[in-house]
Amino acid sequence: MSRLRRFHAARWDEPLIHRIGAPGRRGQHFPLADAADLVPAGLARATAPDLPELSEPEVLHHYLRLSQETMGMLGVSLFGTCTMKYNPRAGELAARALAGVHPQQPPETLQGLLECVHGLDLALRALSGMDRFTFQAAGGADAAWTQAVITRAWHAARGEGDTRTQIITSLQSHPCNPATAATAGYEIITLPLGANGYPSLDALKAALGPNTAALMINNPDDMGVYNPEITEWVRLTKAAGALAFYDHANFNGVMTKIRARDLGFDACMFMLHKTFGVSKGGGGPAVGAYGCTAELAPFLPGPLVTRQGGAYALETPVHMAARVREYMGNLQQVVKAWAWTRSMGAQGLADASDMSVLLNNYMETRLLGLRGVTRSHPEQALPRLEMTRYSLGTLFEETGVSAVDVQNRMADFGIDAFWLSHEPWIVPQPFTPEAGEMWSKEDIDYWIDGLEAVIAEAYADPARVLGAPHNQVVGKLNASDLDDPANWATTWAAWRRKQGDRLPGE
Amino acid sequence: MTSRRAHPFMPNDTAARQAELLATLGLDNVEPLFAQIPAAHRQSALPDLPPALTSEVELARYLKQTLARNRPATDSLSFLGGGIWQHHVPAVVDEIVGRSEFLTPVWGTPSSDFGRNQAWFEFTSQLGALLQMELVGLPVYSWGAALGHAARMALRLTGRQRLLVPAAMCPQRRAVLDGYAESADPALHLVVEAVPCDAVGRIDLAALAGMIGADVAAVYYENPAWMGGLETSAAALAELAHAAGALVIAGVDPSCLGVIAPPGALGADLAVGTIQPLGIHMHAGGGVGGFIASADDPRIAAEYPTLLNSLATTVDGRMGFGLMLFHQSSYGSRELGKDWTGNSTYLWAIAAAAYMALLGPEGFAELGRLILARTALLADTLAAVPGVTVPVTRGLFKEVVADFAGTGRDVASINAALLDRHDIFGGIASDTHRAIFAVTECHSEADIARLGAALQAVLA
Repeated sequence: MSRLRRFHAARWDEPLIHRIGAPGRRGQHFPLADAADLVPAGLARATAPDLPELSEPEVLHHYLRLSQETMGMLGVSLFGTCTMKYNPRAGELAARALAGVHPQQPPETLQGLLECVHGLDLALRALSGMDRFTFQAAGGADAAWTQAVITRAWHAARGEGDTRTQIITSLQSHPCNPATAATAGYEIITLPLGANGYPSLDALKAALGPNTAALMINNPDDMGVYNPEITEWVRLTKAAGALAFYDHANFNGVMTKIRARDLGFDACMFMLHKTFGVSKGGGGPAVGAYGCTAELAPFLPGPLVTRQGGAYALETPVHMAARVREYMGNLQQVVKAWAWTRSMGAQGLADASDMSVLLNNYMETRLLGLRGVTRSHPEQALPRLEMTRYSLGTLFEETGVSAVDVQNRMADFGIDAFWLSHEPWIVPQPFTPEAGEMWSKEDIDYWIDGLEAVIAEAYADPARVLGAPHNQVVGKLNASDLDDPANWATTWAAWRRKQGDRLPGE
Repeated sequence: MTSRRAHPFMPNDTAARQAELLATLGLDNVEPLFAQIPAAHRQSALPDLPPALTSEVELARYLKQTLARNRPATDSLSFLGGGIWQHHVPAVVDEIVGRSEFLTPVWGTPSSDFGRNQAWFEFTSQLGALLQMELVGLPVYSWGAALGHAARMALRLTGRQRLLVPAAMCPQRRAVLDGYAESADPALHLVVEAVPCDAVGRIDLAALAGMIGADVAAVYYENPAWMGGLETSAAALAELAHAAGALVIAGVDPSCLGVIAPPGALGADLAVGTIQPLGIHMHAGGGVGGFIASADDPRIAAEYPTLLNSLATTVDGRMGFGLMLFHQSSYGSRELGKDWTGNSTYLWAIAAAAYMALLGPEGFAELGRLILARTALLADTLAAVPGVTVPVTRGLFKEVVADFAGTGRDVASINAALLDRHDIFGGIASDTHRAIFAVTECHSEADIARLGAALQAVLA
């Protein structure tokens, strides 16, 4: 067992920015200009905005301290479903060349960028079998939204917009699938899971019909379970006249092993900020790369990059369903994904996939040996892919220590938070680590050792775990209800109006 | 798996380590671990991808050479705007958003994410101060996405199905809105109708009065408009909309708010807009981010689709931050939540927080005055070019419409000549003969004079 680190988060007691600085201080100057007569009557700002006044070094130091008060993946982050992996700094550095590019420059001034976009399009076609990709969607959920709006346009174009009113998904598909489909106006049918961890074919058959517009589904799902009947699912869906969309959020474990098109799907989505090495930014900018068949391609949000002669050009799909975002997407992130893909190559992708599944199964052998840990769907005896859904339900029953308590206590040893589960929880006190390919065996062992130590502590001294974290910037949040309008405050002004000028701890 | 060199991104990519891991599972290869996948689903060959560039020296050379074939607007003189602009990004902002702790992670706990969550709170607090609004969500994908969500909030809040927007809107932003407004369920469809505008995009109040009614969910206006006009009717428009029971959604470029009245002072119920001007590079369009803000009214708060980061108290009596109303997000309630949320543009919230702190109230006032002055100079300069008409030269922010009909030339040919002969990116074409030229604090008086001289040469 590893020796646990004597970790303690940096504790700067850094004040809220409104509490530092002094009147008259400046962090940026601009050339002075006279605009006295240039503000239209009635539109002049009456009172100056209540912003802090700081010098440039104060601002820099303040935010550097806040960065130090963020664990930020400097521990070991096995945040399942998000595929925590290395973000090559060579890609980060190269993408800075795009900082000053305006998206509406003529294509002849963007040839290098368009080559990268087109290169990644071709690579994703090779990995999925699809015919065309768009990078406009600004995240995985936005790619699901892309599917929803294409579904709408597709059926409308065939005169079936009024009757195709339902979208089918499964209980373990990511919430963005039902949520985006509902936003597009669809009725949602959610299929429950069978004993093996995936929904039954009979459940699908009962749901399919003349009102079905699309199937939106993850596979493998967030529990590392692969639906072996997926080709039959797709066949039945298409026979019913609906579209089949493959949410490839969990592509890491099957990369190079399967192709969405060869399984029959009409469209799929890859998250470049998860599987393809792009930095996550704490939640974006991100890219949901959406690919589809030639039949659906005329409905894609454009413009799309095309190669004409020796040059790259832009073309707008003829039946474009809708834009899902302004411009062509987070293209600096597309360049980073291209850099990662070029570094890995086909064999590297295959090796990374092998490694992520191997490490997950290695983890499983150790984790299932820990007291109070169980696995979802014990009937599913085959090895899970890149992650496994576990439960700390037994630990909770025996000690009163919850998964969130364990997460807080593990952070005390320099371990980033684990992922619990999307809604709904199908096992009590869930947790879902995903090893990926970037963490060393030593890192993985450290993570498991940390969990083991916390579990031992939960049985010996549960109060210590329940009181965690102890070594962080601050303790856990008070149980006070943030859903009460009297308590919540998303701005300093709202806080002051409700609670007065004093901040907690002052 | 491997007898070659370990890949630099994969620490376990050595034969010995793989054998060790396999041995713990009683295996000598990984294949049995994929037993869930039927053989018929499996690929028999590797995909056809370009050869791997595993050495950073080769990868960096390839990327540098490839991207050198771009011609970034900022390396030339550029008047491209229209929703994403060349603004000065203070050097310290780039250092802050480049920090690994902000750049690479996703989620931790409220305690381990403390610093990031404080930065997010400082983003919403400062943006709220600029907007004069007390409820601000974490950012969404873009201005268009923010408008789409705000329009749907108005639909839910009023139960009404018409949305009035300016006819002269950024076409891309409008196209995003149209996607959000359309519904497969007719009872939830939001009908978007365009209100006539003047030559610089300001709403025609009389036309609006003729269109408003008890079935209008919201009136949307922009200040400044896509074509540069500052919306002098903003307050009157709000009165008109409110009298009909409609909500008012204001679209705002926050870089004007040091000098221009904020939406919170002009009667707007919801404000949306872009955070890109707040210290974020253009990134070929990857620098956009949107915001949604309003009064801190529980009825409106209950319709936010965004994550909402609230100040809170920790058990040890310190300041902490947590998500409020999480249950109404799509993470909390799937299809029963409000629209959807997911990965967004949260790194840019940190950039914007640092930017707003650097500027402070006086920095924003200086910035606003400078852009107003540069815009007026640009308008006068364009108007002085023979054959060019500038319909409105005052009351503009950043954008100036120039009409080239009198020159007998179209915008495309003029822009091509500006770029080829003068290394200048001209304005965005709003139609064949009209273009919208944009300036910011990055343009000097000499830059604007250079554009005037180049246009005279091109049109001579």
